[in-house]
Parts: sequence; structure tokens; C-alpha cells
Amino acid sequence: MQAELTTEAVWEFLDQVMDPEVPVLSVVGLGIVRDVRLDPDGVTVVITPTYSGCPAMHVIERDIVTGLAAHGVGLVRVETVFSPAWTTEWMSDDAKAKLVAYGIAAPAKTNDDGGLVTLTRRGAVACPYCRSTKTTLRSEFGSTACKSIHYCDSCSQPFEGFKAI
Amino acid sequence: MKTAKAGARPPAARISSDAAFQYLLRLGDDRLVLGHRLSEWCGHGPILEEDIALTNIALDLIGQANLFLELAGRAEGKGRDQDALAYFREAVDYRNLLLVELPKGDFAFTIARQLAFSVYSFLQFEALVKSTNEDLAGIAAKAAKEAKYHVRHSADWLIKLGDGTDESHERAQRAVDEIWRYTGEMFVADDVDRAAVAIGLGVDPSTLGDPWRGHLDDVLKRATLIVPEVKFMQRGGRTGNHTEHLGHILSEMQIVARSFPTGGW
Repeated sequence: MQAELTTEAVWEFLDQVMDPEVPVLSVVGLGIVRDVRLDPDGVTVVITPTYSGCPAMHVIERDIVTGLAAHGVGLVRVETVFSPAWTTEWMSDDAKAKLVAYGIAAPAKTNDDGGLVTLTRRGAVACPYCRSTKTTLRSEFGSTACKSIHYCDSCSQPFEGFKAI
Repeated sequence: MKTAKAGARPPAARISSDAAFQYLLRLGDDRLVLGHRLSEWCGHGPILEEDIALTNIALDLIGQANLFLELAGRAEGKGRDQDALAYFREAVDYRNLLLVELPKGDFAFTIARQLAFSVYSFLQFEALVKSTNEDLAGIAAKAAKEAKYHVRHSADWLIKLGDGTDESHERAQRAVDEIWRYTGEMFVADDVDRAAVAIGLGVDPSTLGDPWRGHLDDVLKRATLIVPEVKFMQRGGRTGNHTEHLGHILSEMQIVARSFPTGGW
């Protein structure tokens, strides 16, 4: 490993590793990289899963290792932690803007008081195409664990939204 | 199984580590079996969105099971990982609730069971966030968010079905009637639970009954459904006394791993 490698550089390299399911977001923008450590025997990247059963985690681990290798960083260890639990609050504004430009509604503020309200009414989700808030939730679950399915009553476009958790 | 030599370890330590294993196994097995039941809807959902929703929930549950069984394997300390526990145990060694192993039934049955289990599961996770086992507390914090989504999904649907057409109402009520006698088992505290509470690992399930009933009453009322009167609650899953249905689902789930025990994919 080069002697001049810094954690900042590793963070920058990681910002070029894209999420396999939402390829406009990097693993850093998505908030799943929690820490980077330079150890004498290599680099440790600490990540946290978005969802317990997220099937993309193995691919993400592999992409991190190959992504860093492309910059000449070998001996990479990827460590998974579960606490604190991932939240969409960790997504940067820049990442949210990229999501909308890609056609996926950005997550709202989570506003989670922790308790269980069986029948929560959801706030309106703005259509990423025409920005109308006259939209209908079609399903709490979309093509990946992190998204829901909506329909825009203004422009008749079905779209996906990032679930706020 | 070898019997431990008398005096090899103090009895108290043996009980607590065994309780930790059993407690974590219960958490894992409930979700593994229910996740597999739900996955039976893959390609059979009433509408495409529901096909996706039910299999998404199945994925969450199997993901949670994976984490709990990994912890269980570590607590047991015999080198068994989550795959060994999931694929190479017999039905009598499974510790899941009877509720989660019942066949998937119609859509109303699946939804009623999901609501009953998801509310219970959320309440469990909410309490397990305070577990002295940091791994368990971290997983619980994450899984609580998932369970909350699962509750919203099934509560919405039960209201749509109950307060829907004559047929959907009738099927929803039948589903609630059928699952009800299997719900009591969730709140029975036994020696494993008490030991898990004593070592700071687990939550006493008997404390979850009242809040669970409050949520269920609320949803059922809005769904114009009534809570059935049940005089006898079924139980047995926590001690390995299962219905005939578990063996069938396990044989389906385990066949590939047992046919190719060293296979990887």
C-alpha cells in the first residue's frame, strides 16, 4: 500500500462506488459507509445495511473491494455493523436531488417518534416528473426493499419513491 | 448428543447460555418459517403490487432470521452457523410459533396473520433495543423500522378487506377467527423467557399482550370485524410440538441444502 494513502482519499474513492440498485447514488451518498480506518495491515471500510434482508449487500461489499483496488488500494476489509440503524436522514441533499432527477421521489423527513401508530396517514409524495403532490400510494413495497410504488394523478405517470425510514 | 460431565461447568452458567441460544433461536425461527410461508406467494399475488409487497416482506423476515440465527449459533458455541441451523435441523428442533407455520391460506388469511405477527414483532423489537446484548439491540433497532412498515401494510389491507365487499368481509372475518386461537402462544412466558430476561438479553412476552391487543382491537374495529371468543389457545411450537404443516415446509426449504451439503451459490 502507498504510504501517502489517507482516509480522505479512501472516502473519495468510495464516493465513486455506485449502489447496484440505484446507480445514481454512491455508497457514500446513500449513507451506508459509516467509517473508514487505515490499519497497518490494510483498509477497513465499515458499512451498515439499508434493510436486514437487502440482497445487494454482497454485491456492495464486492464493489467496494474492486472499486478501491482500481485505485491501487489492496487489502480491503469490509465490516458490517447494525447499530446505529441506517436511516434515510443520512442521505445528503445532493443525493436526494440526484434521486429525483433519476425519476425516484426522494424520502421525506422520517419524523419517527419510535412508537407504533397502526394507521399512520402518509404525507403526499411529490411526483419526480411533474412535481405535483396529487399522487396516490399504490404499494408500500417496490422493486427493491427501499422503495414504494406511487401513481401521479396529474401526469398519469407511475413512479417509485424512496421510503423514509 | 454428549452429556456434559457433572461439575464441568457451574449449573447457572449452563442454564443461561442454553437460554440465550433457545431465545435467539425462537426469534430466528419465527421469521424464517413465516418468511418462507410468505415466499409461497411469489408469482401468485392477487395483483402485481401485492406479489412484490409480500415477497419484499418475506425478504425482510428471512434477512432478520439470518441475523438472529447467526447470533444463536454463536451463543450455542458449537460451531453451527445460520445455514446449519436453518437447513440441518428437524421439525422437533424448531422453536417457532404455531401461528407462522400454518399454510398460507387465502389472501385474507395471510393478511390477518401478518398483522397479528407484525404487531407482536414490532413490540418485541421495541423492547429488545434495550437488550444488554449489543448485537441483538442493534439488529432490533433496524428490524423495528421494517416491522413498522409490515404493520402498515397488513393493517391497511385488513381494513380494505373487512370494510369491503360482502365476500371480502366474510373471508376477512373467517381469517381472524382461524388465526385467533394461535395468537395466545405469543404471550406465554416460560423458563427460557424468564432466563433471557434475567440475563438482560430478552423481553418478557407476557408484557406485550396488552399493547398488542390494543392495536389489534383498533384495526379490527375500523375493519368492521369482530374479535372472536376463543376459550382455548393452541400452543406447542416453543417446545418443538408442531403442527403437521412444519415438516412439509421444512422439507421443501431444506431439500437443496441437504442434497448438496457443501454447495455454494
